[in-house]
Amino acid sequence: MSVAERIGAIRPDPSDQSPLRIDEALVRKMLVAFLREETKKSGHRRVVVAVSGGVDSAAVAALAAETFGPENVTALFLPYRTSDPASREHARLAAKTFGVALEEIDITPQVDAYLGRLGDVDRVRRGNKMARERKSIEYDRAWPDGLVLGTSNKTELLLGYGTRHGDMACDLNPVGDLYKTQLRELAVILGVPEVIVRKAPSADLWEGQTDEGELGFTYAQADLILYHLVDRRLRPSELIAAGFDAALVNNIREKVRRSHYKRVMPLIAKLSLRTVGHDFLYPRDWEAD
Amino acid sequence: MTVRIAIAQCAPALGAFKRNVAMHEEWIGRAQSARARLVVFPELSLTGYYLKDLAGDIACAADDERLGPIADASRRIDVCAGFVERAPDARLHIAQGYWSGGRLVHVHRKVYLPTYGIFDDGRYFGPGERFDVFESAIGPSGLAICEDLWHVSVPYTYAATGATVVLSPASSPGRGVAEGGDLGTAESCRLMDRFYAQYLTLYVLFANRVGHEDGIAFWGGSEVVAPDGTVVARAPEFEEHLLVAEIDPDLVARERDRNPLIRDERPDLVQSHLARRTGLVRRPDVAVERS
Repeated sequence: MSVAERIGAIRPDPSDQSPLRIDEALVRKMLVAFLREETKKSGHRRVVVAVSGGVDSAAVAALAAETFGPENVTALFLPYRTSDPASREHARLAAKTFGVALEEIDITPQVDAYLGRLGDVDRVRRGNKMARERKSIEYDRAWPDGLVLGTSNKTELLLGYGTRHGDMACDLNPVGDLYKTQLRELAVILGVPEVIVRKAPSADLWEGQTDEGELGFTYAQADLILYHLVDRRLRPSELIAAGFDAALVNNIREKVRRSHYKRVMPLIAKLSLRTVGHDFLYPRDWEAD
Repeated sequence: MTVRIAIAQCAPALGAFKRNVAMHEEWIGRAQSARARLVVFPELSLTGYYLKDLAGDIACAADDERLGPIADASRRIDVCAGFVERAPDARLHIAQGYWSGGRLVHVHRKVYLPTYGIFDDGRYFGPGERFDVFESAIGPSGLAICEDLWHVSVPYTYAATGATVVLSPASSPGRGVAEGGDLGTAESCRLMDRFYAQYLTLYVLFANRVGHEDGIAFWGGSEVVAPDGTVVARAPEFEEHLLVAEIDPDLVARERDRNPLIRDERPDLVQSHLARRTGLVRRPDVAVERS
C-alpha cells in the first residue's frame, strides 16, 4: 500500500494503534547515520550514554555500539541508594549484550551531601537532583572528546516528563522523535533483551515508582493521542468526537502546553540590533571551509 | 544514439564553499571517468542547504571568480550545480547554474520557496520569476529546484514551452517514518517523477543529496525517469552515489508519436482562462459565461 493510501486510511480510533507502526530497519539505518554524521561534524568520535536498566537507554547504547564500536562508547550506570536492584542487573545485561564496558558510579554521596542538609524534601525535588547529578557526571566523563547522548523519547519530551538539565540534557538525541511504544519496537530489532523491553517503564527515582502510575495513563494511550494531535494536527475536539476519552485528551493536551518551556532554549531579552536565538540564526552544523 | 549522464548524489558541507568546490571537482572527475557528457549536482550543492544567516555570507554573483573552477571543469563535461546567487539588485536567490564549454550558459532561480514545516527558504531568499528552457547536453531542458517540482505548473510550463527534459536538483529531507510503511517523502517524490515523465512525455532527472544538517537527513534516492514512465536508473537511499544513466533523446520523439499529449495541448486556452482569473487580460474572443 502506498503512503497516500495508508495515510488516507488513518482515522482517529482509540482501538487502532497501527498508525504508530514504523519500519524498524529503516529507522535503525537513519539513526546510525545520524549519530555517525553529527558526531563527525563536530569532530567527536566517542559518546557517553547513561544506561539505567530501562529500554530507552538500552536502545541508545545499542545504536551507539553499532555506530562507533563498543570501545568508543562510555556506558555509565549511576545508581542512588534507593535504586531498584533490578535496574543494576538490567543495565549490566544491556551492556553485556552490546559488548560495552559498564562503569558504575554511586551518586548517593554527592546527592546526600546536598539534600542531607535540607531535611524533608519532596520526592520529585529529590528525583530532579538525582537526575542533574547524573548528568553532571556524564558531561564530566565526556571530556575532552566525547558527546553525551540523550535518551528522552518523544512521549516524554511532549509531556514534559523529564528534568531540565537532568535526563533531558544531551548533545545529540537519536530517539527523541520516537514515541515510547515505537522505541520499544525498535529496541526489539536492536536486540535489547526481552526482560528489559517488557518491564514496566520507571524513572526509578523512588521505590515503587512507575511512569504510567505517576502519569495516570498508559504509554499506549498517550502515544496514540499525541500522534493524532501532534503528527496529524487533529484538534482535541476531533479526537473526542472520534471516541477518545475527553478527560484524557484534555489532560495530555494541557501537559504538552504547560511543558513547552522545557523544549525550547532559554529566552533571551531582546535589546540590541541582533540577538542570539532571535535574529542571529546560524545552523548548528556550520562547517569550516 | 544515447547520451550518458551522471547524477552526483553527494553530501555538501554546510557553509564551506571551498571544500564544496573541491568536492565538485572530485565528482566531476568521476563522472568524466564514467564517460558522462553531463553531471548534475543537487540543490545548493556548493553551499549546503540549511544556511540560515550564512546565506548572505556565502552568496556570490553568477560571474564570481569563486565559481571559476566549475566553469573550467565544464570545458570537459557539462556541469549543473547549485549556489547562492547575489543578484545585481542585491537579492539572494537559491540558484542552479548550467556550465558548458567553459562558461555559465543558464541560471535558474528557485521560484517556490517553501516556508512550512521544516522549511524557511522564504525568510532568507527572494523568489525567482522565470521558467526558461535552455539547451543542455540532452536536449531542451528546464530546471525545477526541489519545491519548484511540487508545483504542477512548473513542469507543465516547461513541457508547454519546448522542454523534453526536466532537471530537478533537490535537498529533500527524509521524513514520515510512521503510518506503517517506508519513507513518506520518497514515495511522494517517485510518484511525481514518474507522473510528470509519463504524462508530459519527457525525461525527469531527480538529483537529491544525502548527509545530515542540524539533525535532518537528506534521503538521496536520485533517479532518472524516461518519457514512457520507465525508471532508467535509481540511486540508493542515504548513501553517496554517482548515478550513471543513458538518455535516449529519440525516445521522446517515439513516445510523443505514440502518445501526442504535448502536441495536442492547448496552452492558449490555459493562458486565456488564467488571464481572466487573475484579471490580467480580458480577451474579446473568450466567451463570457451566461447566467
